[in-house]
Amino acid sequence: MARRPDGRELIYIDRHVLHELHAPHAFEQLEKQGRPVRRPDLTFSIQDHTVATQPGRTDDTYPSGAAFLRAMREGSRKNRIRLFDIDDPEQGICHVVAPELGMVLPGATHAVPDSHASTVGGLGALAFGCGTSELTHILATQVMALKRPKRMRIRLDGRLGPHVTAKDVALRIIAELGVAGARGHAVEYGGRAVTTMPIEQRMTLCNLNIEMGGRSGFVAPDDKAFQWIAGRPFAPTGTLWDRALAHWRTLRSDDGAAFDCEHVLDCATLEPQITWGTDPSQVVGISGRVPDPAAVEPSRRAGCESALAYMGLEPGMALAGLAVNRVFIGSCTNSRLPDLQAAADVVRGRHIAEGVIAMVVPGSSSVKRAAEAVGLDRVFRDAGFFWGESGCSMCAGGNGDRGEPGERCVSTTNRNFENRQGPKVRTHLVSPATAAATAIAGRIADVRQLLGSQA
Amino acid sequence: MQPFLRHTGIAVPLLRDDINTDQIAPVQAMRSLKPDYKALLFMRARRRDDGSEDPDFVLNRPQFRDPGILVTGHNFGSGSSREAAVWGMLANGIRVIVAKSFADIYRENCLQNGLLPVTLTPGDADAFIACVVKANGAAPFTVDLETQRISGPERLDLAFDIPPADRMRLIEGLDDIGLTLKQSDDIARFEQRMAAEQPWLQSAVDNRATDSAGPLSPAGRGMG
Ligand code: SF4
Repeated sequence: MARRPDGRELIYIDRHVLHELHAPHAFEQLEKQGRPVRRPDLTFSIQDHTVATQPGRTDDTYPSGAAFLRAMREGSRKNRIRLFDIDDPEQGICHVVAPELGMVLPGATHAVPDSHASTVGGLGALAFGCGTSELTHILATQVMALKRPKRMRIRLDGRLGPHVTAKDVALRIIAELGVAGARGHAVEYGGRAVTTMPIEQRMTLCNLNIEMGGRSGFVAPDDKAFQWIAGRPFAPTGTLWDRALAHWRTLRSDDGAAFDCEHVLDCATLEPQITWGTDPSQVVGISGRVPDPAAVEPSRRAGCESALAYMGLEPGMALAGLAVNRVFIGSCTNSRLPDLQAAADVVRGRHIAEGVIAMVVPGSSSVKRAAEAVGLDRVFRDAGFFWGESGCSMCAGGNGDRGEPGERCVSTTNRNFENRQGPKVRTHLVSPATAAATAIAGRIADVRQLLGSQA
Repeated sequence: MQPFLRHTGIAVPLLRDDINTDQIAPVQAMRSLKPDYKALLFMRARRRDDGSEDPDFVLNRPQFRDPGILVTGHNFGSGSSREAAVWGMLANGIRVIVAKSFADIYRENCLQNGLLPVTLTPGDADAFIACVVKANGAAPFTVDLETQRISGPERLDLAFDIPPADRMRLIEGLDDIGLTLKQSDDIARFEQRMAAEQPWLQSAVDNRATDSAGPLSPAGRGMG
């Protein structure tokens, strides 16, 4: 849009979505500075990080969350920002709600004070995560001052095998490029595996972009994306829609575009993936074995050893068959309706293994209703799963949902960091289908074997 | 923002790569809107399982109780964008972090708060780390942003690079919002232009509230 004298680019933010863990501090800053919110009409507030998941929840169901929820309510009201409150029929995780309500548009810029902002890149929006000071800056100015990111293209070739999903692809990419592999880059995902992916999976793919340090991540928008957006409540309508559509059709990286770097991954032979360690790049195929520190390069040996120790694993052991305590299906990574459907397809007519605690937390109240409309809640409940109200829940434990020390938790979330899902909890990241199969087996399971469809 | 010219303090070696913001400022420590930022810094690593202080953790050692500079590895501050991971540093007196590299959002959060993120060339980084380890908290280091030099015991004196824009922001303690608001006219002009060229971007209204067609049922919105 413009350049500041200090050389930073000012990027206009078309849609700004806030959540209650960080926005209250920004509201307080603005008030201190006596600055108004420039475009409350382009800003939305959502309660997600600290909300309880119990049915009939109130502000106080999780007592530590109450102050955040109230401050968010108060700040949003004072600043005339539309709030999707705890009891709003469209409340949910900010990265799930914004696209599903049509707030996310191709080619538009999008900011969230949260590192997983680029989830909505699945619709071709350019999204940036930020901290609290930048959030305050955007509220006051509607622009973000950025250094222009470099460009990376990741081409995903081939057709995904049965029960292999965007989650598995993303974990494999992070394993290949490392947790800092995309630092400073805006990543464009393309190739056959991406163009054939449903929008929800593209969002899963872009969601995990930050786990390799990417500044932003997106898929070039196509007819699939346009159709997905059409008719959603905040999407343009009538002649405005026609004009928008005509413009969106011009938005593609020209084939000769220059990228600072490019990577290619053949997805045809990919099997379901699972993390074994304590960062999202420590990944193996479901039939694989965890590494032996003695065999990894010396600079990574200590990290490998400490990850194995934290995770309670022996060098070289297979993960499949390992007993688990908990299974969590949810988070901005994997909590949209097709994610729940994929898990339900595995669970239907079965029951979770004895001793396992399993929960499903839909990404939004709208997803929850849609799932209930087709009976998925029954499928999960009958199988012994807890069926929760929507929110971030066990992803980061900001609402008190968490595991017990030493528990092994198989989770569809995005970070297997130490202590994230509770002190000393051992997290393995997987797809919804793998999580579901694991809950049924009580052990880390290959969903293809459970369903008898080994590719 | 407090301007940054130079800072002298004890340099603490925390020589690991990929230290993430969950480690720096655990979400469980942010149970209130005004948590104790001093206590939340590396809260988990500071304590043993029984809740007592872990004497082996570097920030708990007597010589590092009053830290000024944190020295660390690659990709420091990855993960969540939470700014508490910077506020915790400041609350403990740490105003400089020398890392082999920083995660993007964390580095920006540092700049926003007057905390200087320094990256040295690989050779200098090794020399600096060796000196910090050797000093072991017995002698302070000085990081001077005006001259872009780090000095310390045994006549250590190293130059570092920083983009001029970042340097200016820190030295002048500029109010970032104020800086941008000087360009309010540009922003307003841009909004006018977009309202004409791509009007769907300049309005985000719930068309169920304005549409005569009435609200769509949840199932009709392509959720299924
Ligand atoms: S689901 Fe997890 S990663 Fe996503 S926004 Fe919530 S806490 Fe963050």
